[in-house]
Amino acid sequence: MEEIVRQQKIKIAHKRKIQSKTLPFIGKLGIALILLIEIYPIIWIILSSFKSTQEFNMTPSYSLPTAIHLENYVTAWKAGKMNIFFTNSAINTLVSLIFILAFSTMASFALTKMKWKGRDLVLKIFLSGIMIPTVIVLIPLFTVYKNVGLLNTRTALIISYVAFGLSLSIYLLSTYLKYIPDDLIEAAVIDGANIYQVFLEIILPLLKTGIVTVLVIQFFFKWNDLMFSMTFVSKTELKTIQTGLLYFSDMYGNRNWGAIFASIGISVMPTLLLYGCLNKMVIEGMTSGAVKG
Amino acid sequence: MEKVLGDKKAIALFIVPPLLLFIGVVFIPIIWSIVYSLYSGMPGVKFDFVGLSNYTKMMQDKTFWQAFWMNMRYVGIVTSGQILFGLLMAMIFQFAIKKYKVFVRTIVFFPVVLPSVAVAQLFSKMFEITPSYGLINALLEVMGLTELIQPWLGQGGTAFGVLCIMDIWTAIGFYAVIIYGALVDIPGEVIEAAQIDGANSFQLFRRILIPLLKPILTTCFIFSLSGTLKMFESATALTKGGPGVATRSLSMFMYNTSFTYSEYGYGSTVAVFILIECLVATCLVGLISKKLKGDV
Repeated sequence: MEEIVRQQKIKIAHKRKIQSKTLPFIGKLGIALILLIEIYPIIWIILSSFKSTQEFNMTPSYSLPTAIHLENYVTAWKAGKMNIFFTNSAINTLVSLIFILAFSTMASFALTKMKWKGRDLVLKIFLSGIMIPTVIVLIPLFTVYKNVGLLNTRTALIISYVAFGLSLSIYLLSTYLKYIPDDLIEAAVIDGANIYQVFLEIILPLLKTGIVTVLVIQFFFKWNDLMFSMTFVSKTELKTIQTGLLYFSDMYGNRNWGAIFASIGISVMPTLLLYGCLNKMVIEGMTSGAVKG
Repeated sequence: MEKVLGDKKAIALFIVPPLLLFIGVVFIPIIWSIVYSLYSGMPGVKFDFVGLSNYTKMMQDKTFWQAFWMNMRYVGIVTSGQILFGLLMAMIFQFAIKKYKVFVRTIVFFPVVLPSVAVAQLFSKMFEITPSYGLINALLEVMGLTELIQPWLGQGGTAFGVLCIMDIWTAIGFYAVIIYGALVDIPGEVIEAAQIDGANSFQLFRRILIPLLKPILTTCFIFSLSGTLKMFESATALTKGGPGVATRSLSMFMYNTSFTYSEYGYGSTVAVFILIECLVATCLVGLISKKLKGDV
């Protein structure tokens, strides 16, 4: 019996040797192909954004730019109003993030560490929001905003962004909070700290990773929003980067490819930067909803 | 201790503002939409109670069913594509890449965080035909496959195909990372033991990996379904639902009905239908995976 197992093991080792000889080449080729498919379109956009109009007409679209033409960016930024759209999105996103952070840290602290009746029910109410499709609230919100004069304002967008950012943020922060031992809170209370000191001086510093994760995920969701901004805002001066990008390509259509590529480049610039610096955290944050759930 | 953690004033301060906002902006509008679905027309102009007749109208509406079937085909193709390619990529991470694992993972995940409008613009330029060939048509030309050069986004069938490819492309990294996380947790001895028992690669995959990965695959299905069932942004940005209605999803149909034709009552009916669809899908996946648990 032992002999058979031993022979099997040798056989497997042998088989592995063959595999490890053939795999590297095919494997490397396959992996290179996958990487190419995943990343080349993005490189293509960036390279194309430096081409002149003439180059677009004369050379095939996969060719490299002959010189770096930054005028596409100037056109997109100024004439294409990307400066307005970019600023709008930056303001909306920033203000929303501040509120989401304040609300979700307070709520998740009260929901996991404090003791009161109805706690579980309130947590369930918040968490149920994760599965709800946004289209179901569009008409009522549109009607309300219209009646109180909030259509075509940043406020309408920010209110909607914050409310729809709460479920996932509270869920994530609650899972982080569960790892903070109650003894720490107890010790602080015995030392005479009140509840606000516990929250601000003990809990918040310990939640740092959770907070950064929530900020990063919510940044992407708010920066990338299309549905709310195309519903609640129609004035050009208030359009966000995503609605602006659509508007922009409708305006310029096929006439100015360079400017379109540049405008796409502008819209993904913050994403690229953030991802470049924090990619490990971004990946963990974005997938944590699925992994922990 | 109890007194500090049970401080009613502090609890109210911590919970009431977010809860009010959440109930006001998310919860009440859901009920409101359900009520609206029983009316016809537009509030303030002509808004009549019509009972369930919006629902019977929906069942007989050809354009509704067009959007519904397009959406179902999209769900079938994109959800299976996202999970299959995600699984494949996760296997590559685990078994084929030794060095640069983190680097590859970082690259593959990147499209996940890109704005869908930017991705859609990118794809529409890749598949462009006029005034000059986009990336795909230019490559086909240089490879001598001129008969394949076509207006990809100008024909219903190919536009739908491009849409599916785009939405699979953006999500592969997401599912790969999730599934890979579960693959890493499978102890090496389990796989080795199976190999010693003489299992080949396919048996290993079918009998060992799939059953062990089932919980995470279920989660992936729920995630993917809830995204594809309510698809709106990618097709809006890529084709605006066209050509014709070839890429118009249910959410887009709902949006047009409500905001282009101002039929709030009927639009709400479609929105309620989408909500029910999402809830049913989640429950179904949960039930099926529970049932399968016994018999693998």
